[in-house]
Amino acid sequence: MTTKLFGEPVRRREDARLVAGNGRYLDDLGANALAVAFVRSPHAHALITGIDVDDAIDVEGLVAIYTWEDLPAGVREPLPLLIPHPALTHGRTAYCLAKDVVRHVGEPIVMVVATDRYIAEDVCERIQVSYEFLKPVVGLETAVSGPNLVHEDVPGNIGAHMIQEVAAKDGRATRDVIAAAPHTLEFRLDIERSACMPMEGKGVYARWDADDRSLRVYSSTQTSTSVRMAIAAKLGLPLPKVEVIAPDVGGGFGVKIVHPWPEEILVPWAAILLNREVKWSEDRREHFISSAHERAQVQHVKVGFDDEGHVLGLDVEILHDHGAYTPYGIIVPIITSTQLLGPYKIGSYRVEFFSVYTNTVQVTPYRGAGRPQGVFCMERTMDKIAQYLGKDRTLVRAANFIQPDEFPYDQQMIFQDGRPLIYDSGDYPESLRKLKDLIGWDEFPLMQSKAAEEGRKLGIGVGCYVEGTGVGPYEGGHVQVTSDGRVHVSTGLTSQGQGHETVFAQIAATELGVPIEKVSVVTGDTRRFGYAVGTFASRAAVMSGNAIALACRKVKEKALRIAADALEADPADLEITDGMVHVVGAPSASIPLATVAVLSNPLRYAFDEEAKRATQFATSGSMDKPPVAEGQEPGLEGKDYYSPVRSTFASGMHAAIVETDPDTAEIKILRYAVVHDCGKMINPMLVEGQIHGGVAQGVGGALYEKMVYDEHGQLLNASFMDFLMPYVTEIPFIETDHLETPSPLNPLGIKGAGEAGVIPVSAVIAGAIEDAEKIVIDRMPISPSDLYALRDSSRTSGAVSRLRNTQ
Amino acid sequence: MKPPSFVYHAPATVAEAVEALAAAGADGKVLAGGQSLIPLMNMRLAAPGHLVDINHVAGLAEITAEPGGVRVGALARHAEVEASETAHAAQPLVREALRLVAHPAVRNRGTTVGSIVHADPAAEMPAVLALLDGSVRVRGPEGERDIPAGEFFVGPMESSLRTGELAVSVFFPSARGGTAILEVARRHGDYAMAGVAALVAPDHAKVACLSVGAVPVVVDVTEAEGDWKRAAELVQDQIDPEADIHATADYRRHLTGVLTERALKAAADA
Ligand SMILES: Cc1cc2nc3c(=O)[nH]c(=O)nc-3n(C[C@H](O)[C@H](O)[C@H](O)COP(=O)(O)OP(=O)(O)OC[C@H]3O[C@@H](n4cnc5c(N)ncnc54)[C@H](O)[C@@H]3O)c2cc1C
Repeated sequence: MTTKLFGEPVRRREDARLVAGNGRYLDDLGANALAVAFVRSPHAHALITGIDVDDAIDVEGLVAIYTWEDLPAGVREPLPLLIPHPALTHGRTAYCLAKDVVRHVGEPIVMVVATDRYIAEDVCERIQVSYEFLKPVVGLETAVSGPNLVHEDVPGNIGAHMIQEVAAKDGRATRDVIAAAPHTLEFRLDIERSACMPMEGKGVYARWDADDRSLRVYSSTQTSTSVRMAIAAKLGLPLPKVEVIAPDVGGGFGVKIVHPWPEEILVPWAAILLNREVKWSEDRREHFISSAHERAQVQHVKVGFDDEGHVLGLDVEILHDHGAYTPYGIIVPIITSTQLLGPYKIGSYRVEFFSVYTNTVQVTPYRGAGRPQGVFCMERTMDKIAQYLGKDRTLVRAANFIQPDEFPYDQQMIFQDGRPLIYDSGDYPESLRKLKDLIGWDEFPLMQSKAAEEGRKLGIGVGCYVEGTGVGPYEGGHVQVTSDGRVHVSTGLTSQGQGHETVFAQIAATELGVPIEKVSVVTGDTRRFGYAVGTFASRAAVMSGNAIALACRKVKEKALRIAADALEADPADLEITDGMVHVVGAPSASIPLATVAVLSNPLRYAFDEEAKRATQFATSGSMDKPPVAEGQEPGLEGKDYYSPVRSTFASGMHAAIVETDPDTAEIKILRYAVVHDCGKMINPMLVEGQIHGGVAQGVGGALYEKMVYDEHGQLLNASFMDFLMPYVTEIPFIETDHLETPSPLNPLGIKGAGEAGVIPVSAVIAGAIEDAEKIVIDRMPISPSDLYALRDSSRTSGAVSRLRNTQ
Repeated sequence: MKPPSFVYHAPATVAEAVEALAAAGADGKVLAGGQSLIPLMNMRLAAPGHLVDINHVAGLAEITAEPGGVRVGALARHAEVEASETAHAAQPLVREALRLVAHPAVRNRGTTVGSIVHADPAAEMPAVLALLDGSVRVRGPEGERDIPAGEFFVGPMESSLRTGELAVSVFFPSARGGTAILEVARRHGDYAMAGVAALVAPDHAKVACLSVGAVPVVVDVTEAEGDWKRAAELVQDQIDPEADIHATADYRRHLTGVLTERALKAAADA
């Protein structure tokens, strides 16, 4: 049995529990808690003129009805704007319960507490809210051109406007470079809205202990530490009296990093006020209309390039739809703007975005967080250049790649963490070589023409991306070895199914030299670890993984020192194998780590046999020194933090072969290939799992999912019946290959892998459909009905440009 | 997404079920597999005051061969009908069509009779029943009657079943010719954007189209005389599809044409 588990495809330790139905999700807790339901706005934009509860108050089982008027001082304020930015000149956030105005369908207006959720919903149905209608603003272009405003005091509906420019080496501005370039292209791209759609919605369950005056809150969140601080602040409670725990969480994908959600404040507040346990679990319709969406952008692109396809200048203008509010600031368009550059050296680059309010659900990061849009823009640009020059699409990409000897590579922009966009490492030419091998890029034209002879339409597409992962500011890890030899690892960030119990245990087992069975991992529980940022931005493995490794190293150092005393050896001669500290090369001179843990804690009282060894008349320590040496602490434990100077940049490339039905316009993915580089892999099987899940969501975004709003701001497909999340039957077999370019930035050499799979899928599929159909694809997602319409208009009017035949 | 309260009835016999339904009148609903009704109730789009659960009624799950076809009882689940060799021997189109209905989990619970009574114009089994000129046997306070498929479907989610009536079985006739069903759905198992069930007999040919009208649209294409492209045009002339968020009306019409041609060809070859 080896303890060197780092890098091994260890099976997920959490699966036995989760797959057998023994997970404990939010709604599994608090069986006797009071239930909450909300009256939510059925209108996209209206003044609230009255709330009439007369019909509702007699319902048996009703406990309380609250509106904004009922809220205490701290809770009456608008929710926090989590990430302020100087360019976000008109940031706006919602109230916990709407005050006077509603700005999207689904905004909470009245909170109902009842003995169960059935009754709470009965009560909601009987509450009459009267409205005075305001003109809804729906659609990006309507928002910026029309006279109607989402927020009265935000002119033009523009919440943020930002320009970033990286001039050419000779100092020329991007637009001048493009004007003087040998070739130029100009086009418009559209990406529609999708959403995280975790299997488990949000949920909050609060218990107030009136005697102890302490509050425990369970939330299906991606950040329990920050929810805790928000609750303490808003409710005016001392921080040590508030505990927040993320139980098993059934997926997050970004929506649960936003916080505090109104319910995360309201539910604990009601629990204290009523001195009863209170719980709210979001249902699917609520999740559709009152959590968050992402992706929608319109991009106007101008590019100048030379005969080889080198991009000399790239000018991108983005309209970004951020819905009714901006609680998460402008992180999404900033990521689009910066990560758009991908693995390329662009001669000069100008990016300008307008972040725009509409009367729709707010937009906050969803796995990929703006990158899919940026990559769509850049990769469509590369395809168009190749098409224009009659060159192979991979050659144009290769011509623009940053080369392996050019790292660290400074893109001269500011990334989402406020730090320079400097790529730490990578090998893009090798990635592309592997990808072309994997998919059979060079053989494809033959396959395509053979299929054409049978009347079949096949196409191939490719897309590359670079993903900044592991953003700061920090995470911490705590590792304790107890006298039974068990190793308890905790970190503050949360888990939503990624497999942290496995990978963090692999790291600890490897660092400490103990069997993985001895290691247990706790995440997202403020009782165990109080300082953390959260799980998002592909950061958990990088941040907490390194912090846990560093904490383990502290523990190991201490263990070796104590063991050296006991074994009368030099710590430098000791190592730990299988939980035994022993002299290198002399396994018999050894002491169990469990015993070291006993010795690390000088005792007065022997509570069991083992403990006797550490009591005052049993130890043989020097009588001139204190039992706990100066600068030392009792116990075999260690805590450390990892705080990176800046993000580490993972990368990858995808390719797909699709077939389109010449008659029905159905689109089928025949093959999907991924080459992925996230530095050193802690567990290749889990990395693949992350890729598979990501690609599946990417396929959703490319071919199935969109939020369909009508002009009144009604979401027409707010259920899984009509919002088409792909089933397993829609997801192709995913072929993967890896490259490991270690990050020089952290002790373990790792980079994040969580979001990667989703990022380039729309770009890849668009390229492949374009190749099959010879019709320009500039709008995603695309459905068979859309493709049919495109074929039709390219046949009849030429309104849709056909591709030149480059064969 | 919780239903308002209702009175729950669990009759043990057809007679008790009919009695409970009759007593409830317009405020009563039959609960069969619940795969359509429960979601509607959870979303409070349906709020029956009385739910008559027929899952405990004896003798309703039978699938029996009868002269000229197969009779499927009201509690026979899609999955049971799909697996039934009796049903398959009498009419292979039944199994073929059921494989397009939802997913295994839904088919384990949902009933074929329920799906026909539910009368969703996008559903497969109503189209199959209409194509084959099958019938629905119902029991009400006034006794039993058989309603021919042609009179059963009257509008979207609307059948000629009267208040207080229970559908006890449906009858799928065997056919003298080949049959086939094809559809295009957005995802596997979804209600189709368009679908065509076809029957080609020595002396006649016809199709039933789903998702292109208020009820399954049956078109006799005998006059096309085996020119299935021509048959597709005949069908396209007869349908009036609507647009929704998944497909334009144009695309539905186009698909129906493509599928008509393909399904007739498959039926002719079957
Ligand atoms: C995810 C999902 C996907 C689906 N996809 C498809 C699909 O692709 N194609 C398809 O055809 N269907 C589909 N369905 C519907 C499924 O086939 C249902 O099972 C079926 O429509 C109704 O059968 P049921 O037994 O569940 O009826 P219930 O839901 O119990 O009842 C439906 C309606 O019929 C009435 N009813 C039922 N039985 C009787 C009876 N014996 N007498 C009188 N009234 C009765 C009920 O009162 C109710 O109004 C899908 C369902 C789901 C949940």
